[in-house]
Amino acid sequence: MKHRTFFWFFLPTGLAMLLFIAAPIVSVVLQSVFAPHEAVLETVETCTPFRCSEETAINQEATRALREERPLGRFVGLDIYLDRGHLAVAEVAEAWRSTDSFGAFFSELGDLPFYRAMGFTLTYTFTVTPLLIVLGLMIALAVNALTQWLKGIVIFFSLLPMIVTPLVGSLILFWMIDNRGVLGNFLSWVVGDPDLSVKASTPLMWIALIVYGVWHAAPFAFVVFYAGLQTLPEDQIEAAQIDGASRWQQVRYIVVPHLMPLVTFVALIQLMDNFRVFEPIVGFNAAAHATSLSWIIFNDMSGETRQLSAAAATSVMTIIGVAILLSPVLVRTWRDFKGKT
Amino acid sequence: MFMKSMTAAGILAVLSSTTAFADSHGCTIGARVSIVGNEFPAIQTVGAGAQECTGAEVSTNLTADHQEINVPGMQGNPAEYTSAIIANSSIVALMNNDVIRPLGDLVDAYGEGLNSNQLITIGGDVMAVAFMANAQHLVYRSDVLEQVGLEPPSTYEELLIAAEAIRAAGIMEYPVGGAYAAGWNLAQEFNNMFLGFGGVHFEPGTAVPNVNSEAGVQALEMMRALSEYMNPDFLTHDSNATNAEYRAGNIALMNMWGSRAATLVTAEGVPQEVVDGFAIAGPMTVGGGDIPASTLWWDGFTVASNISDEEAEATFIAMMNGIRPDMMQDEDVRTQAVWLIPGYEPTPAAIGVFAAAEAGTIPYPMLPFMGLMHTALGNELSDFMQGNESAEQALADVEAAYTAAAREQGFLQ
Repeated sequence: MKHRTFFWFFLPTGLAMLLFIAAPIVSVVLQSVFAPHEAVLETVETCTPFRCSEETAINQEATRALREERPLGRFVGLDIYLDRGHLAVAEVAEAWRSTDSFGAFFSELGDLPFYRAMGFTLTYTFTVTPLLIVLGLMIALAVNALTQWLKGIVIFFSLLPMIVTPLVGSLILFWMIDNRGVLGNFLSWVVGDPDLSVKASTPLMWIALIVYGVWHAAPFAFVVFYAGLQTLPEDQIEAAQIDGASRWQQVRYIVVPHLMPLVTFVALIQLMDNFRVFEPIVGFNAAAHATSLSWIIFNDMSGETRQLSAAAATSVMTIIGVAILLSPVLVRTWRDFKGKT
Repeated sequence: MFMKSMTAAGILAVLSSTTAFADSHGCTIGARVSIVGNEFPAIQTVGAGAQECTGAEVSTNLTADHQEINVPGMQGNPAEYTSAIIANSSIVALMNNDVIRPLGDLVDAYGEGLNSNQLITIGGDVMAVAFMANAQHLVYRSDVLEQVGLEPPSTYEELLIAAEAIRAAGIMEYPVGGAYAAGWNLAQEFNNMFLGFGGVHFEPGTAVPNVNSEAGVQALEMMRALSEYMNPDFLTHDSNATNAEYRAGNIALMNMWGSRAATLVTAEGVPQEVVDGFAIAGPMTVGGGDIPASTLWWDGFTVASNISDEEAEATFIAMMNGIRPDMMQDEDVRTQAVWLIPGYEPTPAAIGVFAAAEAGTIPYPMLPFMGLMHTALGNELSDFMQGNESAEQALADVEAAYTAAAREQGFLQ
């Protein structure tokens, strides 16, 4: 394609990307290095239906003057990235100095919101992603082996977890694992402990969230792999069968290599999605046991006082985190691309 | 004092209500009105009342997520919302962002008949008009307490004794309901207990945190003791969940919002013994203190500053129509809340909130940085409640988290 043609061809997409991807990212980065002005506080008489008292309030005139002078707020550089709510540099250094074992150091780290969130997020991402790929592949192979008239119904039901709104899906599971719910009751009957509560135990809650994550995302992998299976070269399979390859060998040496580009695609999308795990934490009311970067952003924005700068800093860190996670896959894709040309 | 002024207002309103009723439908406005607020029944009633006005459009957006949209919706010029219905906790965010106007002139012109205690004044400016009061207080099962031969508890220590008696009698395994869901609810229960032990959240006149104190530790230890008698899932139970537990007959004692208590057993399918045993009492004290371990709340309306004077005027008139005294004639409306509106006669469901006000319960702190403290408490206390760390450590974490947030927001240097 001529450069000139390419330019006009790409222009609309390029503009849309600038407007909807680049501009918001620039705005978030800007937001994260500016914080609200220092509040000018004063003590004033405050009367409510119950009583009058002397209370601290913000001096509106003085604050308004500050805002008009510098509408972006106060420039704080990387302060917010380094504070306790984020990378907590000072606290981590202190924990390193004051602890004498790795165990103690990591338990101190778990007390800091960012590291606690990363602990769960990474565990979740790296268990859910492989599990859902394997499960999706198994479902796809099973469905592909069905007779034609059964396929439609089975495909529909296999897709249900993905069709159900994430929040609703997690709420359903949340009620089922309640210690008075179906699954919760069943579990406590299995282990013979009537007081067993999934929601009160951190490890069990993590497992519940991971099970939910796999349940919710496996249909996506299934659909992609099922589509891939339709392009499976029949002659290779037949040749393998003539050579006496078992079903497992056929899958291992023909089906999986054929689907490999799709596995990369699913892994890419799901790594990104799982790193931003959010809905199940809210749906399961699981914030006491598990948090994620997305949950921290939500939490910063939903208090009585919205912490825009803190939320913006966490957003930038999420973008960086996703970029780091995807880098091996992206580098591979780039190499493949270079290899081909 | 509170009770007295409310009763006096009640008598006055009975005398004047017939005339008020006659001219209630004369509400005409000349500019658009747009209201954002919470969605519970009392606020729905106020919103519907404002919408009765004719002459210009009155729209409402009543949602549980009102706090997340009211500030952005009022920051523009002109503001999308001309009025936000808020409580003493959430007015702070509007004031911090300078999006609501003083109402003195509008009260003078159109505020006839308002009780003086309805006017929320800050530094001499009327910033909101309150129309209802709220507090958390004891809700219990009188039949269950009778079975174990105990009076309704007036202190948390007595509540622990009652809970143990109910468990020992084999009536319920987890007789105490607690809205201890990590986040806002857990922080609120801590606030209650902390104030009950005589705690003060901040060093006076400053934004410096003061929760890592003896009162803080005592409050957490009492919460831990209570949690022994709660459903093990308590860290996921908000006040909706504890209500459901009460309705199902699973709990006998809980601290519940006045605004929810009135309708607690009116839901469908509540067992008869729960309906019959339903009883309300005032909030409990703790640790031998005389101030209840609870907080007082008010709900009221504000008017946006980024709108024209005509719109502000129309908004105020419409909102006044939403809280007009003759609405207090309606039995259903009366039970929806503890109204501060002249002419309100308390229903039996209101005794908990009245008892809270009479016992000198402290109003929820209306401080610019209280929201940050509330968020920090909600995030950091769950580790203690799970037994993962000491009370002192949890409170130190709260102060550290609060300090980081307060630095960012410019309240601390």
